[in-house]
Amino acid sequence: MARFLIRRILQGIVVLWLITVAVFGLFFVVPNDVARTLAGRQATPETIALIQHRLGLDQPVWKQYLDFVWRALHGDLGYDYYHQVPVTHIIAQALPITLSLAIGASIIWLVLGVFNGVLSATHPRSLEDRGLTAFSLFFYSMPPFLLGILLLYVFYYQLTLRGVTWFPAGGYVPFAQDPTAWFQHMVLPWITLALLLAATYTRLTRASMLDVLGEDYIRTARSKGITERRVIYRHGLRAALTPVVTQFGIDLGQLVGGAVVTETVFSLPGLGNTAVDAITRQDLPVIIGIVLVASAAVVIANIVVDVAYAALDPRVRLH
Amino acid sequence: MALLEVEDLRVSFDTPDGVVRAVRGLSFTLAAGSTLGLVGESGSGKSVAVQTITRLTRGADVGGRVVLDGVDLLTANEEELREVRGARIGMIFQDPLSSLHPYHRIGWQIEEIIRAHEDIGRAAARARAADLLGLVGIPRPETRVDDYPHQFSGGMRQRVMIAMAMALSPEVLIADEPTTALDVTVQAQVLDVMRRLQEEFGTAIIMVTHDLGVIAELADDVVVMYAGAAMERAPRRELFYRYHHPYTEGLLTSLPLRGEASGRLRPIPGSPPSLIAVPPGCPFAPRCQYAFERCSITPPLAAVLADPRHQSACWLPADRPRQESAEEAA
Repeated sequence: MARFLIRRILQGIVVLWLITVAVFGLFFVVPNDVARTLAGRQATPETIALIQHRLGLDQPVWKQYLDFVWRALHGDLGYDYYHQVPVTHIIAQALPITLSLAIGASIIWLVLGVFNGVLSATHPRSLEDRGLTAFSLFFYSMPPFLLGILLLYVFYYQLTLRGVTWFPAGGYVPFAQDPTAWFQHMVLPWITLALLLAATYTRLTRASMLDVLGEDYIRTARSKGITERRVIYRHGLRAALTPVVTQFGIDLGQLVGGAVVTETVFSLPGLGNTAVDAITRQDLPVIIGIVLVASAAVVIANIVVDVAYAALDPRVRLH
Repeated sequence: MALLEVEDLRVSFDTPDGVVRAVRGLSFTLAAGSTLGLVGESGSGKSVAVQTITRLTRGADVGGRVVLDGVDLLTANEEELREVRGARIGMIFQDPLSSLHPYHRIGWQIEEIIRAHEDIGRAAARARAADLLGLVGIPRPETRVDDYPHQFSGGMRQRVMIAMAMALSPEVLIADEPTTALDVTVQAQVLDVMRRLQEEFGTAIIMVTHDLGVIAELADDVVVMYAGAAMERAPRRELFYRYHHPYTEGLLTSLPLRGEASGRLRPIPGSPPSLIAVPPGCPFAPRCQYAFERCSITPPLAAVLADPRHQSACWLPADRPRQESAEEAA
């Protein structure tokens, strides 16, 4: 187990390193005009050169990269080009917002998806099954911005017109500052994201559960005289959850990199929103910082999934 | 009086290809403490028939009666059925690996059946589980209760299944091809364990198998099934020495004999009929070397032979001659 973890962590570090190389490479393939933008319209070539020098952009790319790696190893991801704010600070501001969004939404979609999936699987081809399938596919095929805007229209606009100001239009309030306001700001983004993803989980749980319910050990469980409920949850769902956990890890890992559309619709200054801003401004240190966090999240999620796998299925041994 | 009576059991499944009539009017009785062998080739409906006894065949249309101690299990409600399953009728299945839950410890799985029927604590149930594992011959039972099914060999897994099925010393044990997935040497050990527990608990066994060797070892009475119906029923010795039905004859003569290794196997020509469109008359008639016109028109009744416990669903005369080699096989 320890050896497995160490190997996976080393692999993850290699992946992260390759990603920094790729992002650096891509950034310098396209001509960048950060210095020109910063210097303003009437800037002289001297001013631009000065700014380039100050940002280190006049150095050879390999030198810039080595500088970046050296500082990164010391926990310094540099400063953004425009306001000289430390990138670590920007990430520290945005990450809790994205985490709030991702974790809250994931709890909702997991409960919703798994519960609906079990219901569908235990009543295949019934009215419930078809209804739940239609329900989940409806939201699955809906573009996230549309669902977000619809929710805003109903819960913010229409309710506010009627004097109910429970749901704000967007923005973020830290949990530590005001838990109620935090919840109010997060609830619509959570529902948006959860409804989009719940469909996958409903279908996945249903398929996995139908497979498992056909297994011999389910027949054995029934032959023991336990309740059908126990057969379904303790025997069926226990075994059917494995693929769901895998998918969950992957989805959650990806979401930590930022749910761009949802964050934009609800004006949440999370990682996704920050990344989009940084990309439009060609703010390399910020881009790299966020990409690193996002990749690390995916790498960690994968390791956690593998460990969870071994915890769920005693036949899996980690070497 | 019989402990378990199966009367005119009919089981069919509605499939996209048509209605599969897996069991077509099967009747037998099981006396307390005795062993009934249910023999037949794959697809003869024997597994479906015994799994229907505790209504494990979900999605099937079931008719007839299955009476345990005066109660018809086919009309029992969920709760009555739950009390019978595991406690009064234990079951073991063909493949012990897939029949045990891969994610739960052996001890947990045995405790579960005990605690489903008795009001006892975890620790007590666990001790019982360990005792049971010892009883079926698993070494170091008090540590092995914490192992998972994949940590056992095939024969040991089947012992675990037996321990679980016998946990509440049921009156009936249904063994659905319990040795088919096992090595020959292990088969004998598993049968030994079953025989030993049967003597200890006085359990009646329904042994489903396609292996006449298993029947010869264990069964008191034998029912030979073909195409979802009983062809012949008789006490074991009667069946092996004085069989009547040509299908039974075919089964016995197709056995490879010890000491005749170089001889050719003698299969029954042809294959069983489709259970979607079962021909009128005797289902075995198309493959039967003795068949005559009547056989394919009218299904034969179960004729009672010289021994009143011996019945054969065949139009041939009761005193028909039998093939010599089949008797040697027995």
